[in-house]
Amino acid sequence: MNIVNSMKLSFPSKSMNESFARAAVAAFLLPLDPTVAEIADIKTAVSEAVTNAIVHAYPDAYGTVYIEAQLTDNGRAVIKIRDKGVGIPDIKQAMEPLYTTSTDERAGLGFAVMQSFCDRVKVRSTVGKGTTVTLEKTILRASYGKR
Amino acid sequence: MVDITYHNGVVTAKLFGEIDHHIAPSIRGEIDAYCESYRPSRLILDFGKVGFMDSSGIGLIMGRYRMISLIGGRLEVVHIPKNLKKIFVLSGLENLGVMK
Repeated sequence: MNIVNSMKLSFPSKSMNESFARAAVAAFLLPLDPTVAEIADIKTAVSEAVTNAIVHAYPDAYGTVYIEAQLTDNGRAVIKIRDKGVGIPDIKQAMEPLYTTSTDERAGLGFAVMQSFCDRVKVRSTVGKGTTVTLEKTILRASYGKR
Repeated sequence: MVDITYHNGVVTAKLFGEIDHHIAPSIRGEIDAYCESYRPSRLILDFGKVGFMDSSGIGLIMGRYRMISLIGGRLEVVHIPKNLKKIFVLSGLENLGVMK
């Protein structure tokens, strides 16, 4: 398994960047010729992870959200969404469906959506240091064309 | 974002474009303002023209369900596009009996 392409993004934790982030990741995956459903899954999962960083990691001030993505030659997309925010004290609890610390009509489904829409979700977090969410999804029938 | 009309006790909100955490609060504000003015017996959320939605859309629906229940009306969610079925199923909203 070799990495055939990679990219990095960083942007301020402003909610207007949620659409930019998911569209940018989706565009990066286009050379694999994913299906419409696969693109929708990735966009939704990225949107959830980036929204978590914006809402929860930096609750009081803007910080920076980092995205790194890699494509492998077996059609796997690995997307890391990282922040240097407050961190998650209890990851297991944070990942429970319907659990939310927000009072602003959040459904508490962010991690459930990521888990359901990706093959694998990993969360690493240190309180006071930040959180990294890694999403992995294999694009079935991925084709790199003749590039 | 959203086009809202009122007719015969029914507020219909036609949502369009992408629904995420950035956009959801303004949609919520517009719908709630209509419902506070007209106090409808029915609120219809039409998702027919929504191209993308994350769990913010689910939060939006659950919040409107609570809001309309408090004023004695009921909620209907209609025209859910095929590509959004997955998140609706995951959310358990089917159990509220609002999806038509």
